Amino acid sequence: MEVKITTNTEILTTDGIPLRVSLKKTERKNKLRAFLLVFPLLLFILITFVVPIGDMLMRSVDDSHINTVFPKTFEEYEKWDGQDLPPEEVYRAIFDELATGEGIQVGKALTRMNYSKSGWKSLIKKTRRQIKKIVKSGELPVSYKDTLIEIHKGWGDPTFWIAMNQMINETTSIYYWNAMDRTFDIDGSVVKQNEERRIYVRTWWRTLEVSIYVTFFCLILGFPVAHLLANLPLRYSNLLMIFVLLPFWTSLLVRTTAWIVMLQQNGVINGILVWLGIINDDQRIQMVYNMTGTIIAMTQILLPFMILPLYSVMKVIPKSHMRAAQNLGAKPARAFYKVYLPQTIPGISAGGLLVFVLAIGYYITPALVGGKDGQLIGHWIAYHLKTTLNWGLCSALGSILLVLMLVLYWLYNKIVGIDNIKLG
Amino acid sequence: MENSGFVVFEKIDKSYDGEVLVVKNLNLNISKGEFVTMLGPSGSGKTTTLMMLAGFETPTNGEIYLDNKPISKIPPYEREIGMVFQNYALFPHMTVQENLAFPLEVRKISKSDVTTRVKKALDMVELGEFGNRFPAQLSGGQQQRVALARALVFEPRLVLMDEPLGALDKNLREQMQYEIKHIHERIGITVVYVTHDQSEALTMSNRIAVFNDGVVQQLSTPDVLYEKPENSFVAQFIGENNRFTGIVKKIEGDLCDVEVNGGSQVKALKVNVNSEGDATELSVRPERVTINSNKEEENNFEGEVKELIYLGDHIRIRLNVCNNDQFIVKTPNEGSLSLNEGDKINVSWNSSDIRALDIKNT
Repeated sequence: MEVKITTNTEILTTDGIPLRVSLKKTERKNKLRAFLLVFPLLLFILITFVVPIGDMLMRSVDDSHINTVFPKTFEEYEKWDGQDLPPEEVYRAIFDELATGEGIQVGKALTRMNYSKSGWKSLIKKTRRQIKKIVKSGELPVSYKDTLIEIHKGWGDPTFWIAMNQMINETTSIYYWNAMDRTFDIDGSVVKQNEERRIYVRTWWRTLEVSIYVTFFCLILGFPVAHLLANLPLRYSNLLMIFVLLPFWTSLLVRTTAWIVMLQQNGVINGILVWLGIINDDQRIQMVYNMTGTIIAMTQILLPFMILPLYSVMKVIPKSHMRAAQNLGAKPARAFYKVYLPQTIPGISAGGLLVFVLAIGYYITPALVGGKDGQLIGHWIAYHLKTTLNWGLCSALGSILLVLMLVLYWLYNKIVGIDNIKLG
Repeated sequence: MENSGFVVFEKIDKSYDGEVLVVKNLNLNISKGEFVTMLGPSGSGKTTTLMMLAGFETPTNGEIYLDNKPISKIPPYEREIGMVFQNYALFPHMTVQENLAFPLEVRKISKSDVTTRVKKALDMVELGEFGNRFPAQLSGGQQQRVALARALVFEPRLVLMDEPLGALDKNLREQMQYEIKHIHERIGITVVYVTHDQSEALTMSNRIAVFNDGVVQQLSTPDVLYEKPENSFVAQFIGENNRFTGIVKKIEGDLCDVEVNGGSQVKALKVNVNSEGDATELSVRPERVTINSNKEEENNFEGEVKELIYLGDHIRIRLNVCNNDQFIVKTPNEGSLSLNEGDKINVSWNSSDIRALDIKNT
């Protein structure tokens, strides 16, 4: 049997208003005030973080621009049965749209067309000049199809027309496939890029590899420093802290160039080694403009991000713990391993995650000291952003990087637990 | 120096910087099963002494013997000395059980033995059900007991305690004092205890070593320490006392006549003065002073009531006696006391209750 519990005795405030209502009213004011306090920050985050990331995610799949340049052509194209060559209407539509289209917009569309099949760009560029002439002369062609094929025999090649099929949709996955060294062949199935164009997968693996190395070396180098910082008498630890923080106050460029000076073949380190007779003059070690250089410079630059969280954790571990462990009979090594190290886990994980996340998206340092095989994925993102203007691919690379970080974060949370993190 | 004690400090000096001695020529004998407290203000060298015994500091000079063997060269992890640290030093990432099992596992004791011994130790401190908790989930008093159990679970030869009750509130502290005392009595282990709290020392110890300036001022049983302090530091540090400074005028056997500042003559027990003309500090416990007594005493003075402090079971009266306006007298609250500030009353005490001690240099 169902038992119905009714509470008729509602508690009232002294003024007779139900307590619940009164409480809500007073709380509402507090909540509003709290919200207004964080509102500027919320707005800031929205504008500088959420919107750009959303925009990037959109761009990585966006393929609508070409549809605004060739709307009529695509409309006619969709009526084609795909056999042989498209009908006259398609040729006529593209003729008209090339004749009237604005130069810049057409140019952008051509770049996109070239991603699907190389050759589109030069084909249209050459054709467009002739079309303008024809339009100027006022004698419109009888058969657009024949005229175009006459201008350039490429118009008679069905593979160009088949490739156009990939551009019709307003969204595309081509950038993501490109970012993983894949592309569509003529009939739209995914294939590997040509051998010489496979660069991204290699770079992804290298990015992960370098990030792991850098995190590892930062931990190895940072742990003893953080320990010293936490345990030295104040006046020494302050001095040491300045050395740790000094890199923060120096320009990133200066530090990176300093590494070039140190590491290059005619640099300080090689010079000393030769001078000491450890290596011959013709055996100078290649330490920069490769992966070694990238790892060395990035380790030095990211070291403070490992040291500081470690330090803040170690600072609060009482010194008596090591003493207690020894007093209980553990040798120093065992006391360290069993008692001290487990207590630094929150710092290790915070520092590790911080360094890894920073390393995986690092750009300037690898760009300067990386040479040919020390470049990370950030290099390609910048390259497509600034040089090729392939923003779609650029966004796809960025989005993959974002997803990668989220996956790592998720993994980390599964293994270590995010509440185990401690930054200070 | 005889080498008969269980723990022997022999001519121990300790300096951290080569300029200041924090422990000076320390000689101390502790018998097996004894509860010895090192009592003193902070910076007096008591904790340093304890740390030297535990092996975390090395004596600059001299030798410490444990069970007739010198231990200065033995590292702390081989000394078999249990220790309760000031803030317990429980390992926060281990459960109570794991904390207790730690010293046993280090000693490669079999798993089943570890389990039984941990359980026994937990039962001893009445925390049998808390084995699976983490230290942070325990109250201060419970953490204290875990620390105690951990220091005892591996059956050390000696247990050191470094102000173990400092972090507890007053009631709990008193309760734990009895508990530690009872555990000591039950298992008969030697305990060296460090504190700055005199009542703690008086409650628990067989003997107390009062430290000041790196020197043991007096080493005796609690009652002797309180009743017969040998110098003005001990008199002042332990319990309450009323002090006069003055000059020794005449010495007669065990007694001496002292002229205190202000001109009055006081007859006192000669303890720490050598000859006539010496400066001295007189010390008399408030409870040994009687007011408006009919009995004729050797020391009889007029005092002016300055302040009455009501403390429930007794009343403290602050008087001006012989130019000392911090003179305290305690009278039991019998309901018949009718005094007002400004009243002049008669105070008196026996000459064997006022002790002529050295003048403190500070």
